Amino acid sequence: MRILAFLARRLGIFAVSLLGASALVFAVCSALPGEVAEIILGEGATPAQIEALTARLGLDRPPLVRYLEWVGGMLHGDFGTSFFTGQNVLQLMAPRIAVTLWLVGAALLLSIVIAVPVGMLAAMKRRSWIGFVTSGAAQLGMAIPAFWAAIALVLVFAVGLRWLPANGYVPLATNPSSWAAHLVLPVVSLAIVQASVLVRYVRSAFIEVLSEDYYRTARAVGWRPFPALLRHGLRNAALSLVTVIGLQLAGVLVGAIVIESVFALPGLGSALLDAVSQRDLMIVQGVVMFLATAVLLINFLVDLSYAWIDPRLRTEADR
Amino acid sequence: MVSSTFAIASPRRGWRWVSLLFAVALLAGCVGSTPSTPSQTAHTLVVGATLEPPTMNPSASPAASIPQVLLYNVYETLVLMDAAGTIKPLLAQSWDVSDDRTVYTFRLNPAAKFASGRTVNAQAVATSFNRIKTETAISAPLVEQMAVVKTTEAVDDHTVKVTLSRPSNLWLYDISSTAGIVYDPDGLAALDTVPAGSGPFVLKQWYKGQSIVLAASGGYWGTAPRLETATYRYFADPNAMNAAMLAGDLDVISNLQAPDAIDQFGDASRFNVIQGTTTGEVVMALNNSRASLKNVKVRRAISMAIDKKALLDTVWNGKGTLIGSMAVPTDPWYEDLTSIEGYDPVGAKKLLAEAKATGLTLKLRVPTIAYATKSAQFVESALRQVGITVTVQELDFATWLKDVHNGGNYDMSIVAHVEARDLRRFTDPAYYFHYDNPDYDKQFAAADEAPAAQLVPLMRKAVRTLADDAAAVWLFALPNLVITKATVTGVPQNAATLSFDLTTIATR
Repeated sequence: MRILAFLARRLGIFAVSLLGASALVFAVCSALPGEVAEIILGEGATPAQIEALTARLGLDRPPLVRYLEWVGGMLHGDFGTSFFTGQNVLQLMAPRIAVTLWLVGAALLLSIVIAVPVGMLAAMKRRSWIGFVTSGAAQLGMAIPAFWAAIALVLVFAVGLRWLPANGYVPLATNPSSWAAHLVLPVVSLAIVQASVLVRYVRSAFIEVLSEDYYRTARAVGWRPFPALLRHGLRNAALSLVTVIGLQLAGVLVGAIVIESVFALPGLGSALLDAVSQRDLMIVQGVVMFLATAVLLINFLVDLSYAWIDPRLRTEADR
Repeated sequence: MVSSTFAIASPRRGWRWVSLLFAVALLAGCVGSTPSTPSQTAHTLVVGATLEPPTMNPSASPAASIPQVLLYNVYETLVLMDAAGTIKPLLAQSWDVSDDRTVYTFRLNPAAKFASGRTVNAQAVATSFNRIKTETAISAPLVEQMAVVKTTEAVDDHTVKVTLSRPSNLWLYDISSTAGIVYDPDGLAALDTVPAGSGPFVLKQWYKGQSIVLAASGGYWGTAPRLETATYRYFADPNAMNAAMLAGDLDVISNLQAPDAIDQFGDASRFNVIQGTTTGEVVMALNNSRASLKNVKVRRAISMAIDKKALLDTVWNGKGTLIGSMAVPTDPWYEDLTSIEGYDPVGAKKLLAEAKATGLTLKLRVPTIAYATKSAQFVESALRQVGITVTVQELDFATWLKDVHNGGNYDMSIVAHVEARDLRRFTDPAYYFHYDNPDYDKQFAAADEAPAAQLVPLMRKAVRTLADDAAAVWLFALPNLVITKATVTGVPQNAATLSFDLTTIATR
């Protein structure tokens, strides 16, 4: 029963946060200077033309009415239509969401796959040169901005060696191998920074494990260091790592905006940049709401995963 | 179990595992790189460009990105403008002008057909021209350019009669661009997404946010193009476009956005570098309605205080043309007027003293576009030398459009006016220059309404008046910097129109 109450409370927080986010997004978009009608009509438009187009787009109505209409629409799965093209925002976002999810998902996975073994190694060998080198490399990786890593990778692997395309995107369904080739460099650029951040957390989490009684006991009964760490340490370290990864995911989503621009990927980030510069606010609001929902959902899932990872929390909740 | 986990425990094997992952990634790249370079196949062209069209409808938006893709490629006009800036027949085989020069009679090419198979007849022309005057959601420049048209009538199936309210030489130029596009009347409802033209190409696919693919139109009525498909790929980041070109993913960079990057393409065995001119004048607008800037001496002093040659070298790597007034080298009436307000800081100071305009403070508000922000820094320091304090403010384009261009809230601003032959802007006192000179208006009208033979000398007079009066400061004309693979031929040196014309281009 307790677990249901816990779930209900978390869901409540989730819903209230979403509502708050929508109000904030709408308010910020409304406060942006510049009008979409002026941009659509271009230079030389008369005030009367601008007024007529503004009215046609329904932008002359009070903000509260437009806000309620927008939120009401989203509850029915209708994110509105683009001011510029009249296209449905959700239809416009769908293919872009796929691009961003592939990018972010693969980058996060790659960073975990790199960071966990490297971080464990850094923890175990922290007093030898291996530990120093890995920690140093992690520091360096953190200091490199993702876009700089991207440019460097492009110069080496696309411009210099010409092994990989410099940028662009091919949908998975069109050509799977070309799709993969186009994603390698963006994913690696994003993953380098995230893996470096993660390595430091993995390292400190495992250093803590190394001083625990259960680890000493495992070693005493004959487990070798690495298996002991994996068998007994991973689950304990996972709790703090999941928190960090959850937080990082939000960072990766934001980092993806820059990476999409460097690699000319048609994802959510580039859609957001274009829409902001054109004041196509329906798209801006839609994309930001999607990102906000995704971040809130991740936090929600991270909260739930604690109970799954740590049996102690589960029994506490049941008691 | 123990042995398998032990595999990770060994650092040496761990590194082998990392290198394996790396090798897999590279392998994926090598496998993928073959289909990802369609440009290597014959008769396809991949063109890199900066701005993606907001819509496929050339009459709904003034965005220059629309004619870049569609004009002359997908849509055709009665007359076209070639790379040298001369008017040539296209859908119209020939035309007559009445003695009072207000009635144009165009004879259509009877072979001309839309991509749908329907004949390009006089009724289609009349419908296309009339809708600009009757429909509501037409972009402002088109309405303005077609305002001189009184009526457009179909005389018979292949003859169109256009009656103007007064003679206008510029009108014929205007209809060589988006204003003169002849639309398939059957396709008007879906123009935003599906072009309805008569050109040698049709829209095959639009990958929003990424690229537009054109394919040769099967039943084109004229000479078939040498390309089978052409893809316009869009890059928000100019460096990404350069990298794609260097990596061999692009065949053409339609216009290099960072002139400093030109040296990267020095390898003549791989690349052709084409340097020409465009129709874009980088204008430093002076708000002629401001008390201080109403005085011609102050305006002249500002212009004379700026060394435009040095500015061009600093801002745009010396690429571009110094113009001195609102005309570019592909305009028939172009002449070099840079000497009128040549660099003379001493003279500028003298003029300011004569005008009793010492200690002047001016707001220079520019959009965040590379040439504008870089020029603004140069101007700020140049004007400081003659005692004018300039506060520079950078605005994103939408804010700039609202506040400066439409709102008139500025003293000075910098932007490129890319539309061709756009000197009529100075006749409108409500336009953001707020330039109001009845003499110029008369000269401009006289040139526009004159017999064709007198157009050039009369227009020269009007263009010179703008320079004499320092109606604005003309910093430079944007260069046409095109990079192509060495295998691409037929790209014209100058961009006399907004079209990236594919009809002359071939690949080996």
